[in-house]
Amino acid sequence: MNKSERLALYHLWVAFGLFVPAVLLGAWQMLARSPLPAPLQDHPSTYYASVTLHGTVMAYVLTTFFAMGFGYAVAATSLRRPIHGMTAAWVGFAICLTGTLMAAATIVAGRASVLYTFYPPLLASPWYYLGALLLIGGSMIWVVLMIINMAAWKRDNPGLPVPLAMFATTATAYLWAWAATGVLLELICILIPRAFGWTDLIDAALGRTLFSVTLHGIVYFWLMPAYIAFYTLVPEAAGGRLYSDTMGRLTFIMFLVFSIPVGIHHLLADPEHATGFKFVQSFLTFLVVLPTLVTVFSLSASLEIAGRHRGGRGLLGWIWALPWDRPMVLACGLSLIMLGLGGFGGIINMSYAMNSMIHNTSWVTAHFHLIFGGAVVIMYFAIAYEIWPRITGKPLCLVWLARWQLWLWFWGMMIATIPWHITGLIGQPRRVAAFDYSMPLYARMGPLVIISVIGGFFLLISALLLAVVLVRSQFGERSVPEPLRYALAVNPPRHVPPSLNGFALWNSILLVLMIAAYGYPIGQFFFMKDHNVPAIEATGQSIPTEDAR
Amino acid sequence: MAEPLSNPPDRPLPDGIIPEEVVAHTEKRWIAIMSAILVVMMAVIVVTGVMGALHPPSNVEAIDPQTLHLKGEFVDSNLGAAVEPDGSVTVRLIAVQFDFVPHSVTVPADTSITFRITSADVIHGFLLPDTNVNTMIVPGFVAEVRTRFTRSDKYEMPCNEYCGLGHHAMVGLVNVVPKGRFPAQDLLERTSNE
Repeated sequence: MNKSERLALYHLWVAFGLFVPAVLLGAWQMLARSPLPAPLQDHPSTYYASVTLHGTVMAYVLTTFFAMGFGYAVAATSLRRPIHGMTAAWVGFAICLTGTLMAAATIVAGRASVLYTFYPPLLASPWYYLGALLLIGGSMIWVVLMIINMAAWKRDNPGLPVPLAMFATTATAYLWAWAATGVLLELICILIPRAFGWTDLIDAALGRTLFSVTLHGIVYFWLMPAYIAFYTLVPEAAGGRLYSDTMGRLTFIMFLVFSIPVGIHHLLADPEHATGFKFVQSFLTFLVVLPTLVTVFSLSASLEIAGRHRGGRGLLGWIWALPWDRPMVLACGLSLIMLGLGGFGGIINMSYAMNSMIHNTSWVTAHFHLIFGGAVVIMYFAIAYEIWPRITGKPLCLVWLARWQLWLWFWGMMIATIPWHITGLIGQPRRVAAFDYSMPLYARMGPLVIISVIGGFFLLISALLLAVVLVRSQFGERSVPEPLRYALAVNPPRHVPPSLNGFALWNSILLVLMIAAYGYPIGQFFFMKDHNVPAIEATGQSIPTEDAR
Repeated sequence: MAEPLSNPPDRPLPDGIIPEEVVAHTEKRWIAIMSAILVVMMAVIVVTGVMGALHPPSNVEAIDPQTLHLKGEFVDSNLGAAVEPDGSVTVRLIAVQFDFVPHSVTVPADTSITFRITSADVIHGFLLPDTNVNTMIVPGFVAEVRTRFTRSDKYEMPCNEYCGLGHHAMVGLVNVVPKGRFPAQDLLERTSNE
């Protein structure tokens, strides 16, 4: 195992090592808020600590460590040379891991039940915020390393197109740097000073607005590894060619430019912003749909090439000719189904006025579980199965079990989230520890909630199977690994214009867009009076009982 | 151990099986169709937003949460439903950990209703299931949302934003009664002019 492989492996083990217990928490939460009996059911404080840990692990830890590990693997294999800055990479790993453990310990101690979205003026222990700061800040070392490695390769290979996988990985790094700015500013300027008692009143609305800068970009940061696999690994696994290299580059550029100046669509129901910028950003959000629609086309075309090459005939016959026994191809198919359903829900969420119908209901929970937990995370599994043999030097064992794992994850996500969409439309609020099923509002949701618990059970089994396959493969017999191969385009690029081979132009455009989209919404708070508020400790409050009501 | 997977076809695919021009042409057509679909969707939002005045709740109005009970329209005696001179009803509520004040409010059906809500502590949410009444309540700001109930009913009003360890217990009640049975006489002394 050489150095870059060990680096990637350690990152992926942290990602999945925390992912599995976080799925267990999620499954328990679904049971605890259902009408069924559950252990620790009458401990709302345990529930909210659990939601905070589940969200923090899934949104920050799994995704950041996965993106970093996958990024290092891509940098080493697509550029075919050792990574520059290995020491810095390990320092970054150590900082991120320290932050993760610090945040997790604070949550488990019950001192940080503010959810991963923080929600000031609720206030957690400063160690939770410091942990988050180390994790997110530490990942900026990875961002810089990706940018440096791409630049160094370009310097040594003048005029040649950067391999699409590396180009996309660097786009992901830039995207994360832009997106993380919001949450880092919120932590450094508002939350950490208040948590240590250095300030008194805080600007909760500004904090919320800064977090919205992160909140949409981060979703695309989560998504990018899946799209990198769609363009560079799936066509190869299917035995075909990528339909178009140019469309791949354009897709990742569009994600970078369009996914950040749109975060206020998460604040459509907020009283601290007027209609104007809600309208503008809701409008801009539609542009983010375009790269996904382009990807669906490119991916389908690439798969069709593969299917026909394998002997598929007729209008749709090529679909059956694809090698569905390969985890990467199977995961891609299942991912597209969830992406389609989840994307449809997302268009409703971001639609300026339609959002009122489902804002903050379990519809939203259903949406991001389907898109992120479903469509994206299933591709994380497939990527892990694909690169595991390359980074451990041992073949993937139990491939049949890996297929079961993917199918269970798919059905679990569908069974869990379809009922949530319905209960959300009926008006089930989010992030609730317990529902009083004797209330007329909740009584009719009972059966749907029970069905969703079955989905949660499937997801838990699937997560355990993932661990079995990866651990078993890790301890398998060493063999000569095949190199990680990326899909070739039908017409391999020989020369691409500088704008499609770097990010200077696109970062400049994004800067202008950000000033236009966020300049006023953020700036207004510095001229507004009377809106600063005292912080409220999240834990240790007395909880109202039924008798008191 | 490693089971055999379906093999890739024997002969590899050559470069350029689809000419570059064909790829470019097909993609341009796809992007044109997708852009047209997006334009239609955006147009629907613009038309309903501008023509139908369909907007999310967005009234930017700062208020100091520490003096709510001392002065201004959210003093205790002024909370609840108040009839305006034009016959519409304004409902003033304060969200606190973990209840709405007042906990229950009665409003008439078939009347234009304006909810004005603020928070005395943390962020809360205000949702009337089965309606499009849905707004965040951020301390330091007054959230305003207008609606018109078409039928009498009891609406449970859960807080839909995480507000602390008692979040699940925070459910208020909006009681919609027929217009004729709305007890207006109790409310005449309240004013909306502060």
